[in-house]
Amino acid sequence: MSKKNSSSSNASSQGSTSLRLKTGLAEMLKGGVIMDVINDDQARIAEDAGAVAVMALERVPAMIRAQGGVARMSSPNMIRKIMAAVSIPVMAKVRIGHFAEAQILEALGVDYIDESEVLTPADEAHHVDKHKFKTPFVCGARNLGEALRRIAEGAAMIRTKGEAGTGDVVHAVKHMRQIMRDMRMLTSMSEDELYAEAKNHQAPVELIRMVAQTGKLPVPNFSAGGIATPADASLVMQLGAEAVFVGSGIFMNSGTKFASAKEAAQRARAIVKATTHYQDPNVLLEVSGDMTGAMKGLAVDQMDPTQLMQTRGW
Amino acid sequence: MLPRRSYYTKSMRIGVLAIQGDFAAHQLRLHQLGVESIPVRKAEQLAQIEGLIIPGGESGAFLKLLGDDFFAALRIFVNSKPTFGTCAGAIMLATEVLGPAQPSLGAIDMTIRRNAYGRQIDSSIRTGKLASSANNTLSEIEMVFIRAPKIERIGPGVQVLATEGGTAPDGQPDIVAVRQGSAMAATFHPELSSDSRVHQLFVALVQDYCKTGATETSK
Repeated sequence: MSKKNSSSSNASSQGSTSLRLKTGLAEMLKGGVIMDVINDDQARIAEDAGAVAVMALERVPAMIRAQGGVARMSSPNMIRKIMAAVSIPVMAKVRIGHFAEAQILEALGVDYIDESEVLTPADEAHHVDKHKFKTPFVCGARNLGEALRRIAEGAAMIRTKGEAGTGDVVHAVKHMRQIMRDMRMLTSMSEDELYAEAKNHQAPVELIRMVAQTGKLPVPNFSAGGIATPADASLVMQLGAEAVFVGSGIFMNSGTKFASAKEAAQRARAIVKATTHYQDPNVLLEVSGDMTGAMKGLAVDQMDPTQLMQTRGW
Repeated sequence: MLPRRSYYTKSMRIGVLAIQGDFAAHQLRLHQLGVESIPVRKAEQLAQIEGLIIPGGESGAFLKLLGDDFFAALRIFVNSKPTFGTCAGAIMLATEVLGPAQPSLGAIDMTIRRNAYGRQIDSSIRTGKLASSANNTLSEIEMVFIRAPKIERIGPGVQVLATEGGTAPDGQPDIVAVRQGSAMAATFHPELSSDSRVHQLFVALVQDYCKTGATETSK
């Protein structure tokens, strides 16, 4: 009882305290793999394989692509079942700008909320004001400006957008390279150049200055969107990601076909191990050898641009 | 007073278990204290270090990633050389883990319960009391609790280093940091606060070990 009383009185006004707690959980997830799961069986497979968290959703991105329609927040009952099944943190997605869905997930008690381009956006101009929530948020970004706009709104973790549900890592790579390059450039600039850079990146100058001084984002920087193999995980980690999200690549063989539980568990274990030992080619060789196959996937450069999810978000 | 940076042995090296979690925050803190550290990802690296920090993270994921051989090597290390575990690291060092039960390294005679305060929404930054060995006094210290575990029982050989709260139903504060022999554990995250006193305690422990080749068991 005492815990709750003291925490609520402490956290009432202190924004920086709240941000430290929010990014604090992301710190604990570093070097780990966060896996998309659609039911409690998959959640247990993910936890057994060494996932540091699961993302609970009704349809993984590959299924959303295959089935179409409006993709919304998942059923709270389904998320609750997953929360009961595992002891690792549980995340869930809300539509871009849909603060009411976020209020529901906060009331449910999920550990992280992903304001995600994978779902159909609910607002064409605004993202959720994430400062208003005690539950931390993760948001996608393709470049530094987008990352800093989300951080300004209160995001406590950034992930690359990549192109979810494709099994094609090319855009996760593109976005991670872009963010890292944007940051390296800022570190070489003089103070009086940063105002124009803030304009170019369409981001607050305070955050631009912070990145120029430290060379990194003020919150953890993870990778997502098309990661399907142990080698993919190692690639994005070597490019600067601090942890990886794997969506459709573990439990799906294509947008409509599930992998067997055995195959999924094997992929999950391999990707987890590859993320820890991303700098060790011998371990990568060993775990890649155990892989029986990866999802068929969808080459992003052959897709109709209107089917891209990464362009959602402002 | 606690030792300053120049006091530390130059050759002293502390490993930070880096299979997953906030190992970089611990390494940064050690660097600020002028102590050399290396990330430990393989069992053979344990031979290169004088002390070990097991960071915060997901203890279940640690167990999966360690595998049997590394786990066995780690058990030998933590029961003979200075080790400090924070949060998930504290869970790893306990003799008994609940919520759910899972294997652990058994360096500190205590029962610890995972996620005992609740989910992320119940995470908080609080002020607790840190024991000073020099004059037997308590001083206030900031404590960052994130999905924290709770120490539910400690054995007779375990020394309490820090407590928090004091309005629990039984009137007793929660035990949040302990030491037994050369093993230390905290259920909070000193690596996420700017106060370095808890890390200084551990560095001093490793320092003593380097000088004498063994540490006294605390009474």
